Amino acid sequence: MGMLRRIWPLVAVVALLLWPQVAASLGLEFYVALASRILILAILATSLNLLVGLCGLVSLGHAAFFGAGAYAVAIAAVEWPGASGAWWAGDSAWLAWPLAMATSALLALVVGAVSVRTRGAYFIMITLAFAQMVYYVFLSLKKYGGDDGLSLPRRSRIPGLDLGNDTTFYYVVLLLTALMLVLFARLVHSRLGTVLRAIKDNEVRAESVGFACYRYKLAAFVMAGAGAGLAGALMANQNSFVSPNMMHWEQSGVALVMVILGGVGQPWGALVGAAMFLLLEELLSAFTQRWQIGLGLVLLLVVFFAPRGVAGLFARRR
Amino acid sequence: MSGLYLLEQGLNGLQFGLMLFLLAAGLTLVFGIMDLINLAHGSLYMIGAYLVASFTQATGSFAVAVPLAIVATAAIGMLLEATVLRRLYRRDHLSQVLATFAVILIANELTRAVWGVQPLTLNVPAAVSGSVELLPGMHYSAFRLVIIGAGLVVAGALYLVVVHTRVGMLVRAGASNRDMAAAMGTDIRRLFTLVFGCGAALCALAGALLGPLLAVQVGMGESILILAFVVVVIGGIGSIRGALVGALLVGMVDTFGRAFIPAALRAFLPPALADAAGPSLASISIYILMVAVLFWKPQGLFPARG
Amino acid sequence: MTGVLLQISALNKRFGGVVATDGLNLAVLQGETHAVIGPNGAGKSTLIAQVSGALSPDAGSITFDGLDVTRLPAHRRAALGFARSFQVTSIFPSFSVVENVALAVQARSGSSLRCWRPVRSEAPMLEAAHAVVAQVGLERVADANAATLSHGEHRQLELGLALAMQPKLLLLDEPTAGMGADESARMVELIEGLKPRFTILLVEHDMDAVFRLADRISVLVSGRIIATGPVDDIRRNAEVRAAYLGEEERGA
Repeated sequence: MGMLRRIWPLVAVVALLLWPQVAASLGLEFYVALASRILILAILATSLNLLVGLCGLVSLGHAAFFGAGAYAVAIAAVEWPGASGAWWAGDSAWLAWPLAMATSALLALVVGAVSVRTRGAYFIMITLAFAQMVYYVFLSLKKYGGDDGLSLPRRSRIPGLDLGNDTTFYYVVLLLTALMLVLFARLVHSRLGTVLRAIKDNEVRAESVGFACYRYKLAAFVMAGAGAGLAGALMANQNSFVSPNMMHWEQSGVALVMVILGGVGQPWGALVGAAMFLLLEELLSAFTQRWQIGLGLVLLLVVFFAPRGVAGLFARRR
Repeated sequence: MSGLYLLEQGLNGLQFGLMLFLLAAGLTLVFGIMDLINLAHGSLYMIGAYLVASFTQATGSFAVAVPLAIVATAAIGMLLEATVLRRLYRRDHLSQVLATFAVILIANELTRAVWGVQPLTLNVPAAVSGSVELLPGMHYSAFRLVIIGAGLVVAGALYLVVVHTRVGMLVRAGASNRDMAAAMGTDIRRLFTLVFGCGAALCALAGALLGPLLAVQVGMGESILILAFVVVVIGGIGSIRGALVGALLVGMVDTFGRAFIPAALRAFLPPALADAAGPSLASISIYILMVAVLFWKPQGLFPARG
Repeated sequence: MTGVLLQISALNKRFGGVVATDGLNLAVLQGETHAVIGPNGAGKSTLIAQVSGALSPDAGSITFDGLDVTRLPAHRRAALGFARSFQVTSIFPSFSVVENVALAVQARSGSSLRCWRPVRSEAPMLEAAHAVVAQVGLERVADANAATLSHGEHRQLELGLALAMQPKLLLLDEPTAGMGADESARMVELIEGLKPRFTILLVEHDMDAVFRLADRISVLVSGRIIATGPVDDIRRNAEVRAAYLGEEERGA
């Protein structure tokens, strides 16, 4: 078991690097896009893992930041087409993707400032309410598609790369996902991560020992929002399309599902969870249209029998 | 902006609020006593509506179908509690959210399997499909008056039970201090199942009454669930009184918001902006209300626990 | 060394109809060990909660080192030099003993908004944490998970967390709570060793510990202080004997 534990990250990395080539040789090019989706959702789930796993904050409104990032990219592409190829053009990745993260971070600051004061069930409800607010606002924005959503004319531009090519896009996404996972793993053991875990353990004592808990929880909330914004920007590119459904609270629920499938708080958990979720979805829907029953049953099994998720089954016992 | 229009909106708000109360009452008790976040509460409402629609078709009578559906839904609710929910009481909120989310997925899919994907038609029963002249020149839907009547009766009955009976006292004790109530020797498990069954029955009644007005379709549970949660949070977790006050507040704010905000905005803002902002502001008015209440009273208006 | 470090004036707190703190006045002098004793229900927990910042008083003031801290949240009081240990053990169960103490050290050593460097690599912080762990006698279990400790070791860790904050004032809330005779004696010895370096406000039920450790005693009955003075004066005070000490001796 010990050797397996050390080997599998290496195997996973190699597999991820070689996937497009493998898929092409098997005639499964379609699955490169699927892999991109898994990675993008892994970024979303990692950002949520920061809140749920490190801070113990169960947010049912995380999809709002996902959607906000996506819409930032879409709206920028539509409003500021600009000179083709210029870095300041609305469809330039160098502008649009940081803009998406900044938008989501700002939204998270506003939502977090109010929500983080609350606790437990109230926190869950208030994040849900904020997400609904954002959802309804975008739903009623007729100018940007409203219910029908908004299409992107093309994927974001990075000079020198053609993101329209699925394989190129996959590698860009892979790089960003790897970056996110590394940042998260470092965060867990950093000063901030340690404080957050202490707050999750015993907030009263953390406060009494001298930590301004509100400040740190808010920082975590904003960071998580920014991460979700990046995922949103990438998903907007992946689909060349955004819609208010991206911010629906059921999308937040799906993100939570991925977090628990992979293992709450586990550094790689989100990647495992996203992969499991999407693969499960693919597998089950091949069998039956009623695949959500299968998903529901699997979820119940995980909650009752494997609450620490798949990564938790393999993790070192502290 | 005639007085009659205001009255009509007021009655609509009252009607909506009372229905929200039916949903929120069960939810807040489950929340308060069992500390359980139950996302599947909306599914019971949906099942209730579907059962009423089916039984009405089968028996030809709405009045017969409703009690049947209520009993059936209560039974389903108690079964759900005994199998799945009971195991969640001592678990953390994340597990509860996910497990009840799973129940929603399963319930929605099963409903589609049994009844198909098309919305069901549930018509306002013929006997009350007309309108009543409340005031000279003002006609109001008879069915909506029935809803208001039913809602007031149930609210009154709940009040009597919770405040003036022994069972009610146990329920209130459980809401304010669960461990104490258990220590006092109440058979907590039976109490929980009973409370849950009653909550399910209330959901079914709300589903039956709102079914003819809104559409009976998969997903109806989730949209109203969120409103019910907003009511519970505003009113204070565990408090029936809070659920009633919260529900009426939410019902009124939502109804009046939708009726007046778009028009009000058009008076102040350029038409393009007003048309863009109006509907969205109207739909989010209750969430703004919730945030405002929580800012002032972080535990809601009447929290059951001190 | 005879300035007043902590001044509590006319403190009032009521819960509904119950008056928990009733015009309470108390002064803790710099460098002294001041014990607060009182029968159950006297309002000791409420007093501690208000002094530490967990509860907001209805009226009155709390002045610490010349600053009005009455409405200051707990973490700000900590930064000013105020540390408290809890009567019911309140530690961080996911962390090891030394990691627990390191958290207290981290809180007073700069911003925790750093996201990259692992905490483990901060040698000065770990050294300081190990020193405190040794000081409270927990070197043996330094790397053990804090949740697995015995009750006595938990109380030692409680003290350790407070010490690691390098406070000006130590508020010790029944440090020997739930301990047997031997463990209590060891804890008393530990605290005795701290007396020269810290100002201590000690809330205790164990009268042996009180008489051994305290320089002055205040007696809390029904939400107010009925007597304050050196240990011998309090022992001889008739009112105090009637209200409290008499009960204790009977019960002991």
